[in-house]
Parts: sequence; structure tokens; C-alpha cells
Amino acid sequence: MSDITKQSLTELVENIKNKKLSSTDVTKAFIDRSEKSGELNAYITNDFTSALDKAKKFDQKPNLDSKLPGIPMAVKDLFCTKNIKTTAGSKILNNFVPTYESTVTENIWNEGAILLGKLNCDEFAMGSSNETSFFGNVQSPIDKNLVPGGSSGGSASAVAGQLTPVTIGTDTGGSIRQPASFTGIVGLKPTYGSCSRYGIVAFASSLDQAGPMAQNVKDCALLHEVISSYDPKDSTSIDFKRNHYSKDLSNNIKGKKIGIPKEYRVDGMPKEIEDLWQKGIQCIKDCGAETIDISLPNTSYALPTYYIVAPAEASSNLARYDGVKYGFRAKGENLIDMYEKTRSEGFGAEVQRRIMIGTYVLSSGYYDAYYLKAQKVRKLIKNDFDEAYKKVDAILTPSTPSSAFKIGEKTNDPVSMYLNDIFTVPVNLAGLPGISIPAGHDSKGYPLGLQIIGKAFDEQNILNIAFAMEEKINFKNKITDWWIK
Amino acid sequence: MSIDLKTIKHISKLARISVDEQRAEKLAGDLNSIFDFIEKLNELKTDNVEPLTSIAETSLKLRSDEVKSKNIREQIIKNSPQDNEDYFVVPKVIE
Repeated sequence: MSDITKQSLTELVENIKNKKLSSTDVTKAFIDRSEKSGELNAYITNDFTSALDKAKKFDQKPNLDSKLPGIPMAVKDLFCTKNIKTTAGSKILNNFVPTYESTVTENIWNEGAILLGKLNCDEFAMGSSNETSFFGNVQSPIDKNLVPGGSSGGSASAVAGQLTPVTIGTDTGGSIRQPASFTGIVGLKPTYGSCSRYGIVAFASSLDQAGPMAQNVKDCALLHEVISSYDPKDSTSIDFKRNHYSKDLSNNIKGKKIGIPKEYRVDGMPKEIEDLWQKGIQCIKDCGAETIDISLPNTSYALPTYYIVAPAEASSNLARYDGVKYGFRAKGENLIDMYEKTRSEGFGAEVQRRIMIGTYVLSSGYYDAYYLKAQKVRKLIKNDFDEAYKKVDAILTPSTPSSAFKIGEKTNDPVSMYLNDIFTVPVNLAGLPGISIPAGHDSKGYPLGLQIIGKAFDEQNILNIAFAMEEKINFKNKITDWWIK
Repeated sequence: MSIDLKTIKHISKLARISVDEQRAEKLAGDLNSIFDFIEKLNELKTDNVEPLTSIAETSLKLRSDEVKSKNIREQIIKNSPQDNEDYFVVPKVIE
């Protein structure tokens, strides 16, 4: 069955449960396709041999009551996996083998899934194009020399390129939704506190969330159902009643009120994006929902706020990489010299840049002017959403201000790179859930995404809206397998 | 506002990242363009705004202080760049 890798997660689960396919069939098919994907550079580490062993073991004694029975899955290399190297895309963790498993991956294996390998990402998830990885940039399956987006670029490339049925990424300022949008797949950033952060290499602790990336909304809902759990090991994990997101999925969104925020119509936004947004508005109306013009007045301050808060938290989180207990160590004349050389040689340029910004805004004399100011503006941004949600059930925006760009196009201009996240960052600052769904193509044939932002803990609602829209939009991703010779 | 080379040197010292002259100049340029962009926040009056310090509005939960991972010293030590079986080894700190 050569078309196994074309099947959705939902179909694969059904076929394994009905014994039409074995886990070994499915695992072999994805390994075979992954082995031919060298040019995409989506993997940092593969675990194919052991994946096949696990699949055979599963088939001997299959537990068909689990949610992901014998399903192979590769995950972003930001999740700690016990006894499997975890690098966060960095030289400084190039030889790090965790002694423990992240809670979200543990949840996935507990439902019967099998680890295929670890996927490439921007170094410490800092980037929007997967060009900051120590292990080289990732190619988009859409076109050669096109970025897959970032930081979950390997994850996006692997799902769109059918190297894994679904995957998980992390999203601090758009790192799931932006690459999902660039590669024509679905990506959900859950509410802050929905998925445990335990065992995820930390970037910015008040913003980081893990989330699913999939070919369609139903697969996304199923994986979210598996990974979302209350975890006492994460002090910011929130104990709330979680839905059966896939079973409760409904395309009935009649009467829902959807906000259209005027501030997302930014200067210089290409007409194609505006057209896509209008198409989305029409689609939502066709689904029986109502659209309402709203205002989120502080939107333009979100990105500057993010570029204080995220680097500040990162500079503190990354202080642990000192070359002593794990990871890369450079030779130094004394202890301080060893620290300084280790961090200078171990971190890449973008990570160093962000540590420097963070250190500066937290340093004596600048804390109030920058960090405290940013925390106050963050409050205003959250207030904007609270105000809007008095009138609407969800908000519809474009996912990104443009389609995917060429490799190398924005590497020399950090600010233009940061502008990629203009529509996704406010969602992280306010701790809300947001989902990107593929909604069309630009004139070059590259995918474009729409984002649906929900109220806190209202994942079911945005999944339902996405599900209804997906049916109407009927998006077809243009994957040419250009990387297979 | 302008971040000069002296400031870059100072921050790099605080961040424990050694930076040579060439890198320092590049960083100064990058940081200045990023801070030009950040300065936009000064347009906003925030005197009476409460800072948002945590997105979750609940207070942190307490738990008992128990050891959960036992007998993993060997595994932990195995990840260190230099060790002598029982300890992490660092360059000499006492003259």
C-alpha cells in the first residue's frame, strides 16, 4: 500500500482498529518516506530501527482501545525524550540525552503511538524560518529553497511532506501557526496552561505552549485531546474540565459571533492576504455564523512588547547552559572564561542576540523602562481581548502577513523577520488559543492560512469553527515530492 | 537611544557570552534597530496600568517536597562534559 502516508491520522487509526493495516505496515511506510526526505532536512535524530521493533511488538499484542494505536509519530526536538538525544536545534545541547520524558510526549506514547524521531527546529525555538538551527535549515515540501516557517519548521515540513501522520510543535509567538500557514497544514496553539510544559526545553515560560500540527482539523482535535492534561509537574498547568475534542467536534456554528479586528489590516499587507481574509469572512457567513467588526486597539504594540518579554524570560531560562552539568563545553583558562567561551561558541547568533536583549532589559536601571513597561502593555493587550469577547465568540484574522519566503531572504534583517509574527504574537501575550487553517494559495501557488482566536479554554469552539470552514474551503495542498529523486 | 560598544561589552559580561570586536559591532547594529522598534511602546501612557505578571489568574499550587526520581546519579553524570565518576569537574577556582 503505497498510499498509506497519504491517509489522515483518523483514517490510519480506523484502519489499524479494523485490522486493515498493521502498525508495522504504517510505520514502515512512514520510515520509507522519511528515509527519502534527506533534502528536506526535517529530522535531527531518527529512531527508525527501534520504531519498527515497537510496531512489531504492538502488532503481536495490539491494544486497540487506545487513541493512537500503533501510530508512528516524529516530534519537535524541543521535547525531552527519555534516552533519546534532545538538542533544541542547538550545538550547546548536541550531546544531551534526557533522563526523563516530557509530559506531552508521555501522554502520546501512553495512547499507543511510537516515536519515529526528533524534528528540526530553530535553535531554542527562536526563529520564524527554521534557519537558526545548528543542524541546518529545513526545506519546505511546497517548493525548493522555500522556508517552511518556524520555529516548528521541521514539524511543519514533516506533516506537509507526509513523513509523519501528525506531530507536535511548540508556540511562543507563532511557532506552530506560522509554519502551519506556510506549509498548508493545520496548527493549534492551545490556551496557556492547557498542555504541560514539563520536559519542554524552555524558551519564554509565560508564553510557551505545546500544540498539535496535522493535515486536517479532525486529526488536530484528536491529538490535542491526547496531549492536553493537568500536570502537577508544571506549576502553571491548569486543572479544568477538558473536552473530548475529536468526539465533540461539530461543524454546526450557526449563530456564532465572529469578530473581525480592524487593526489587523496593517500597512503594506499584500492584497492577496486581504482577499484571503475577505474569503474567510464570506465562508464563515456561509456556515451560518455572524461577523462583527471589532477593535483591538493595542495590536500594534504587541510585537514590541513580545520582543521585551520573550528575550527577558529567555535570558533567564538559558542561564543554565554553562557547560558544567550537560551539553557542550569549550576550554577556558578559568571558570568564568569557560562559561563565556562555552556560551559564545555553543549558542548561535540569533540566540545570543536575544539573550543580549533580555539581559539588557532586565539590567539595573533599565528594568522599569523596558520590562515593567512591557508587562503593563501586555495587560492592555489582554484587556483588548477581554473587551472583545464580551461581544463575540471568536476572532478571525489572517495567520501571517505574507506567504512563505525564500531561504536567506530575511536572515540579515532581524526586525523584518520578527514582523512575520505580527498576527500570532498577541494571542500568546494574552494566553489564548489560536488555530491556523489552510485557506488558499497566493499567485505563486504557496499556501496561505487563516487564524481563529478563541476565548481561554475554548479550544472546542475554535476547532468547530475551523472544522466548518475547512469543509467549505476544501483546500488541497500542492505537494510535488520535489525532494524525491 | 543608542547602544554603544561599551554597553555591548557590559551586557555580554552580564550574560557570560564572550564577544569579540567584530561581533560586538554587529550586535550593536542589530540591537539598535530592535530597540528603535521597541521604543514604540513609549507612545502609550501606562502610569495607572497594573503589570501583567502571570497569565493564569490562580495562585501557584503547593505540593509536598518529596524525592520522586531516585538512583539516577549515574545517568545524570553521564551527560556532563567532564566528570570523575562522582562529581562534575570544572576548571580550578581556588588559587
